[in-house]
Amino acid sequence: MNGADISWMLISTALVLLMTPALAFFYGGLVRSKNALNTMMMSVVSLGFVGLAWAALGYSLAFSPGGAISGGLAHVLLRGVDLAASPNAATIPHLLFMAFQATFAIITAALISGAIVERMRFSAYLLFITLWSLLVYAPVAHCVWGGGFLGKMGALDFAGGTVVHINAGMAALVAAFLLGPRKDFARQATLPHNVPFALLGAGLLWFGWFGFNGGSALAANASAALAFGNTFLAPMGTLVVWTLLDLKRGGKATAVGAATAIVVGLVAVTPAAGFVSPVLAVVLGAAAAFPSYFAILYRVRTRLDDSLDVVAAHGLGGTVGALLTGVFAQKAWNGTADGLLFGNPRQLLVQLIAVLATLVFSGIGTFVLLKLVNLLVPFKVSLKDQGLGLDVSQHGEEAYGSGEGAILILPAASHAAPGPAPAPRSAIEGGRP
Amino acid sequence: MKLVVAIVRPEKLNDVLAALYHAEVTGLSITRVQGHGGEMDRVETYRGTTVKMELSEKVRLDIGVSEPFVDPTVRAILASARTGEVGDGKIFVVPVEKIYRIRTGEEDKAAVTPVAAPLETR
Repeated sequence: MNGADISWMLISTALVLLMTPALAFFYGGLVRSKNALNTMMMSVVSLGFVGLAWAALGYSLAFSPGGAISGGLAHVLLRGVDLAASPNAATIPHLLFMAFQATFAIITAALISGAIVERMRFSAYLLFITLWSLLVYAPVAHCVWGGGFLGKMGALDFAGGTVVHINAGMAALVAAFLLGPRKDFARQATLPHNVPFALLGAGLLWFGWFGFNGGSALAANASAALAFGNTFLAPMGTLVVWTLLDLKRGGKATAVGAATAIVVGLVAVTPAAGFVSPVLAVVLGAAAAFPSYFAILYRVRTRLDDSLDVVAAHGLGGTVGALLTGVFAQKAWNGTADGLLFGNPRQLLVQLIAVLATLVFSGIGTFVLLKLVNLLVPFKVSLKDQGLGLDVSQHGEEAYGSGEGAILILPAASHAAPGPAPAPRSAIEGGRP
Repeated sequence: MKLVVAIVRPEKLNDVLAALYHAEVTGLSITRVQGHGGEMDRVETYRGTTVKMELSEKVRLDIGVSEPFVDPTVRAILASARTGEVGDGKIFVVPVEKIYRIRTGEEDKAAVTPVAAPLETR
């Protein structure tokens, strides 16, 4: 055990946890005001439901000794997850390793919600992400990081290009396809209601991502510093290229574009963070802007209502990052493996296999799971409730209530007791004969 | 000349505007209003405080039209704003004494006739 490592991992875990509320703001700002709370809640509840599912079962399926696809049941209900050194990271306590990994499961499940906002029944969503974290996320995490076949094959994924972003991106694609478009999709403009929220979310995501990538070194060492530096630099490349593309296309640099660019850059550098040199990380970040930028332009002309472009940002950004890791990886920096550019073309092939395996597993797993969820709880909200907005129909709250016309409903008992004056009847009613 | 005042559901506004456009009614103003027409109450809860929302968000359209356009305007709104549920809104047709277009000083029918021929853009 090592005090420096422990303190860095404590900080990193808190940083990654912050990314989920940050995602709530990023997504929440991009939807219409009548669905703002519902969209933000989709991220917030993951903290509870996926977090507990992870502690109860997911962590064991991902990180206890097992087979090629899935771990075993050795750590179910946190059995053996104590303050002794973690089997997966010898210099920090096992409990800390479990908590750090839990934050990844939480945000990965929440990422999917961007594809199905403004139309999914909330109870069905809860069921879906909880099961998804156990049946899709945990096995993929095991395959890459927990001793499964992709990790053994030598696939490089520093902080979750495949496990988190390609996995969530593919699940988002399947979910958007199965749920179908929103009532108003392609019929009227569904504009962001609070772009400053989206910028706030993107900024906080970047901040948290230093823990996401830097913490994935699992120690306070040079590898963490490399991942940190690359997380610092790569999104800058993406942001500059994206802004220039915006300027070239419409003559105006957009704020929603800037927020998206930061996220795309962070996604792309995630698998590469501790494996490539800082200069190549900038190149990687800059290159990642192109496919995502044009995919978003193309997507709005299709019938796929991936409402907040999870597929373009995370699926595509993660794929570009994972593949370019196989090109740009440099042993002089990472001490592990070279990529195509440094004389090891095989690494690119391994990366490609890891990407395809994740796409297939996540695609099939998500499809089956969503079909099952729909049988238990119909997952689509009625057209009428979509019109009313999911804040009121699913949560009985409004993000920006005016407070006018609201009449207090007092509990029956309080009428007898001396207390505040009876609630005034509304002015409207007063005007009636 | 009439002033057509319509109170409709906000989520139906887009459909209403499209229908009016097809009826070649191009000049209108909208206002976000709150109102109550006997629809079922919405109940919301904040930290244990339960409230009944008596007023619902509505959109009010004010459309000044010449006589031949009164009927098409009303029919376009009736067809496009209806869901069949309580709370679809009302249409009031009000007589108008005088209309002026501020830019030119034109009066009455000339003031509510669009400058560009409406068919030009279609």
